[in-house]
Amino acid sequence: MTLALKELLYKMADDQLILGHRNSEWTGMGPLLEEDIAFSSMAQDKIGQSLALYTILQALGEQDPDTVAFTRNANQFHNCQLVELPNQEYDFSLIRHFLFDTAEALRFEMLTNSSYEPLAQLAKKIRGELRYHTLHANTWIKQLGSATPESTERLQKSLDYAMPFALGIFEPSPNEQELITTGIFEGEVALQKKWLAKVESVISQTKLTLPDLKSIKPELGGRKGIHTDHLQPLLDEMSEVFKIDPTAEW
Amino acid sequence: MYGGGNTFEGIKTDSIASEDPILLAAFEARIERGEKIEPTDWMPQLYRKQLIRMIEQHAHSEIIGALPEGTWITRAPGFKRKMSLMAKVQDEVGHAQLLYSAAETLGKPREKMIEDLINGKSKYSNIFNYPTFTWADCCFISWLVDAGAIVNQLANAKGSYGPYCRALDRICAEESFHLKYGHHCVIYLASGTAVQKQMFQEALNRWWPPMMHFFGPADKISAHTEVLMRWKVKMGTNDEMRNQFLDMYVPKIWELGFTIPDPNLKKDTETGKWNYTEPDWEEFKRVINGDGPCNKERLEVRRIAEERGKWVRDALKTSRQAYVSPLA
Repeated sequence: MTLALKELLYKMADDQLILGHRNSEWTGMGPLLEEDIAFSSMAQDKIGQSLALYTILQALGEQDPDTVAFTRNANQFHNCQLVELPNQEYDFSLIRHFLFDTAEALRFEMLTNSSYEPLAQLAKKIRGELRYHTLHANTWIKQLGSATPESTERLQKSLDYAMPFALGIFEPSPNEQELITTGIFEGEVALQKKWLAKVESVISQTKLTLPDLKSIKPELGGRKGIHTDHLQPLLDEMSEVFKIDPTAEW
Repeated sequence: MYGGGNTFEGIKTDSIASEDPILLAAFEARIERGEKIEPTDWMPQLYRKQLIRMIEQHAHSEIIGALPEGTWITRAPGFKRKMSLMAKVQDEVGHAQLLYSAAETLGKPREKMIEDLINGKSKYSNIFNYPTFTWADCCFISWLVDAGAIVNQLANAKGSYGPYCRALDRICAEESFHLKYGHHCVIYLASGTAVQKQMFQEALNRWWPPMMHFFGPADKISAHTEVLMRWKVKMGTNDEMRNQFLDMYVPKIWELGFTIPDPNLKKDTETGKWNYTEPDWEEFKRVINGDGPCNKERLEVRRIAEERGKWVRDALKTSRQAYVSPLA
């Protein structure tokens, strides 16, 4: 049971850490000051959420959060590939934020009923933060998804590009069945179903078209430690100072 | 809709000679009594112009200042520093937002101010034209550049223009956390390994000259500011601000075991003033006029960010225009 639980906690924590890191790269670079600030807020929430999840893992016998986050290599990370992709233009960052946070908000909503009490408690807290993330994403998707020909076209292109990676969010972990049986987590299939309904309802209020999911091959592998070429350079950058002397206090 | 019915573009007057003497006397009397001037109140054109220049420059400094520190967010060592630095730099961007709004009350739109930043027409704090090579450079900014900014901002918060003072009150409250964060980072470097100590000493050596420049040219060579002091636009001379900074922070730097690269730095116990080697004001002029180590890079980053974000801002405008169009 512990192994299955750790798999779940690691993939969630890694997702939050890596996307938080990517969001923080918008600092000083946003299309307008207000978005700069918004992406920074979401980055802080996500990094904080990953810290909380790594802290639960530490209680389960794993190493301390700093060591876990700052010293592992890419093949030891279990985040989905969607979150590690470079920010690119704002349209991609926004679409990723929308697709990922819609799933994340639902995931934590489901986890408020988890039989594993520390996770249920944490989910109740995080759920509130994620509500703002999805509110932010939905507002912008609705706005830019119908505003000008350029904004609509950009969002559509990014949506088509991101969708196979978004389906990779729901790649099940090897021991997932145990989580379902013990009531820790309802599983990725159940989550994907809820996610699709939410995504469809927002997209239907725009001029965008949701790609036909049946024709898409999901980009899998992230949950097993298989990543794009973008993750290792991100981790190298993240640990640049930390690794000067991992025993030092910074 | 802007205060006084004037816009920045309309300002031609550079002196107070053409102002209505009765209104001017009443305005000066209000400032003398310690009253705040509000956007819709009458004010001399020179006052408006100087305030726009000052607040705009301050706003630009916040947004450009986010770059040398922002580049260390992705490299900050450990969760504690990563989260704090993100919040700190976010505050700086928030300050820019507050300050652009304060300047807008005087009649210059944010878009125009950012345009003037990118085309080099308006300036920002010179210190951000220097590079942050190491984590310790970033810590120097968080602690000591913010400390310098607080010295200036606390003084300016007692100025005469209401919206700017209120923005500064909020900014100073946040800056005091930045100062604590920066000091905390430096304490850890000071009490850390030999590598960490050396890292900060080297940063201090690099940043000391720009830090001395930070408060502006020495009073004896700086422009005449008497009227700006009378109108409480400028609240202290450059040398006064510099002296206050040295008085507050040199002992703290020494206390942590670091040396300051100026053999003449010493407090005169009789006058209470600090003696120091006069910084190279030619370098200051050179850098402020565009020839510093990072001027081009900083403005280029800002220009690219504006250019890449244009379609987003255009998409917002389109929708809003459609929404407010009269139906008949």
